[in-house]
Amino acid sequence: MSEIKKFMYINRKAPYGTVYALESLEVVLIGAAFDQDVSLAFLDDGVFQLMKGQDTQGVGMKNFSPTYSALGDYDVTKLYVEQESLDERGLTLDDLLPLKYEDEDDDWAEKDSIKLVSREELAGLMEDQDVLLNF
Amino acid sequence: MKFAIQINEGPYQHQAVDSAYQFAKAALDKGHEIFRVFFYHDGVNTATRLAVPPQDDRNLTKLWAELAEQHNLDMVVCVAAAQRRGVADEDEMKRNGKDANNIHPAFRISGLGQLIEAGIAADRVMVFGD
Repeated sequence: MSEIKKFMYINRKAPYGTVYALESLEVVLIGAAFDQDVSLAFLDDGVFQLMKGQDTQGVGMKNFSPTYSALGDYDVTKLYVEQESLDERGLTLDDLLPLKYEDEDDDWAEKDSIKLVSREELAGLMEDQDVLLNF
Repeated sequence: MKFAIQINEGPYQHQAVDSAYQFAKAALDKGHEIFRVFFYHDGVNTATRLAVPPQDDRNLTKLWAELAEQHNLDMVVCVAAAQRRGVADEDEMKRNGKDANNIHPAFRISGLGQLIEAGIAADRVMVFGD
């Protein structure tokens, strides 16, 4: 299996109301072992998955948001966040986890994993993919 | 065309399992190939052989099992999702010290890597769910 395909995981739902976000993350982590070209998209309520300061004690569920910080170590370095979805929810980049990765092609410089994109740009990115997995 | 199918919703609760079945059937009838059907999230509940829907309703487990038998389909249930929801085969039952298993023999339990592999091998991945 030497062929490399472009996989995009599309996250549209808030993190704890349903299990989609958690089980999407599990696919991303397993999928990282397959050396494909991977990106994640966060739109609609999916942008809440990346909020910093998540505290799940009150709802008695596991806070899995720290896992997003580990994605860089799995070479998952392209997290596209849709600007309009942030705007519609009164959020800005400052509300999101400061996710970083070390770029091995640039002397391991630390770079931001989150890239803000417009709805139109995101549609274009989706168009470029081989496989879109919706969660 | 070689398809992979991913099903993200539970049977009877949501139409995804039905739509995926109708799609698979139509694709196979047209001579297409289904590389794999991957059951994820509540979709894993499709694999229980213990479900007894009313007699005048469709039996989704049976429908999929019959289609799989006719066309030699590879129907995979995600192990992580299955463990959360109590879907187990003989191995899982023993490994987790449980007193029963419930998987229909037309399905097999395996890992999420099977989904990624299907995405690589297939021409198109069809995701059924919200």
